[in-house]
Amino acid sequence: MTEPRFEDLHGLMAAMTGDEKHTTAATSTLDVLWVLYDRVLRVDPSMAEDRDRFYLSKGHGPMAYYAVLAAKGFIDPAEFERFGAYPSPLGHHPDRVLVPGVEISSGSLGHGLPLAVGTALGLRARGLTRSRIWVLLGDGELDEGSNHEAIAYAARAGLDRLNVVVIDNDSASHGWPGGLEQRFAVEGWSTARVDAGDHDGLEKAFAAHTPGRPALVVAEVEERSTSH
Amino acid sequence: MAGIMRERFVEVTTELLATHDRLALLTADLSAKLFAGARQEYPDRVLNLGIREQLLIGVAGGMALAGMRPIAHSFAPFLIERPFEQIKLDLNHQDVGAILVSAGASYDIAGGGRSHQSPGDVALLSTLPGWTVHVPGHADEAEAQLREAAAGDGLVYIRLSNQANERAHGLAGGGGHGFRVLRRGSAGTVVAVGPLADTVLAATGGLDVTVLYAGTVRPFDAATLRAVLADQDEARVVLVEPYLAGTSVPQVAAALSDRPHRVLGLGVGHEEVRHYGTPRQHAIAHGLGSAGLRLSIIEFLGTA
Repeated sequence: MTEPRFEDLHGLMAAMTGDEKHTTAATSTLDVLWVLYDRVLRVDPSMAEDRDRFYLSKGHGPMAYYAVLAAKGFIDPAEFERFGAYPSPLGHHPDRVLVPGVEISSGSLGHGLPLAVGTALGLRARGLTRSRIWVLLGDGELDEGSNHEAIAYAARAGLDRLNVVVIDNDSASHGWPGGLEQRFAVEGWSTARVDAGDHDGLEKAFAAHTPGRPALVVAEVEERSTSH
Repeated sequence: MAGIMRERFVEVTTELLATHDRLALLTADLSAKLFAGARQEYPDRVLNLGIREQLLIGVAGGMALAGMRPIAHSFAPFLIERPFEQIKLDLNHQDVGAILVSAGASYDIAGGGRSHQSPGDVALLSTLPGWTVHVPGHADEAEAQLREAAAGDGLVYIRLSNQANERAHGLAGGGGHGFRVLRRGSAGTVVAVGPLADTVLAATGGLDVTVLYAGTVRPFDAATLRAVLADQDEARVVLVEPYLAGTSVPQVAAALSDRPHRVLGLGVGHEEVRHYGTPRQHAIAHGLGSAGLRLSIIEFLGTA
């Protein structure tokens, strides 16, 4: 069996039919998810304790996430036919209890980053310093105040194993004057902005590491989200 | 001023940090100074997050996902009410455990007004599955509950208060979370929760009632309640809870669903009192002084 490629992901996603309405939200994350799971994260279905962790905070539109997890052997693509059905583990927001490889249950916005800050602190306290953590948020999700509690504290605590990826499709109702990265930069995060379709650029940005500082990568998507 | 229970909490947690290397203590400024020594000793496991209560619970959940056993501490309104969705999602829904330890209870901070009072905390947690809810009536009980919680991996709430009983009723007759029989009678059964036990004993002096003591209310000890009511013709139960009145009435109703019963839920009133003053004055305002309790209990039982 050949290893699935990026080009195969759309076919996997198409298997998830039904009245799913977050199509734009789903595809906006596809490039970032693929680059992370294909080139960056040290994680496989054995879920070793010192693995890298990926927290999908923006839990809506999870088809791209499920497709990538299937491509990487975490879940069986046969499950996609039942996507969203009562007995299916694959819902419109992912549940870590139901889906192998899913690290957090998400759906309500503004929970992934605070959880990731806790995990970064926990791994540090346990001496599991090799593990890095990525959290994916949407730019609209940054409206939630809980993120700002986490952004400020993570930098003060010097959590340099923590990485945030924000999919910026300009969907925050009131915008982020000066660019959303300013909210992180002022707290001492390292920041980078990359075109979400530029896989090499994403990989390079994800690999960058500044000792003592958490890192932000803004992945710019042109199409405005119409998910709500 | 730190109450005796909170001082014991600081003392025992500091000791447990030395022996439990997965244990962590999280604060959001309140009580942080009391853990200054522990923070120096265990800088990676004693963390003060600043005044960030959503983060307090989110970090507890994230630490638990990394295999740690977190204790999160603040005053009850800021620990339970403000970040309630984080409790629901970052703890329960992630399927992880944590220990939440609150101070302040319903009106310990009487002079602080409504913002610093949390009569609804136990009712709120009762909407979520899996929580063990301790309402210690004595520092020794709080200590035992904390030690047990630290060694476990479940969801545990310990509601500390400056109000306390003379003796640790909950530690009488061996371990376990079950209700203790403080007095036996035949006209009715009064369940006294946590720090209100001594007041209930005073209020029921000379009355022919059974008094049960509950230092743990979730899970609710239906078996002991049923056992003491077994030989009573009509099950008459008075609940006396140091938080929102009626919080555990559904648990009593469920325990007695197969037999006729009457139940009266006494506790902190639903309305805001909009007064300052002392905890004692608030207890009286809510009918939780010994005279007020006696009147309510006698009226309910229909005996003089």
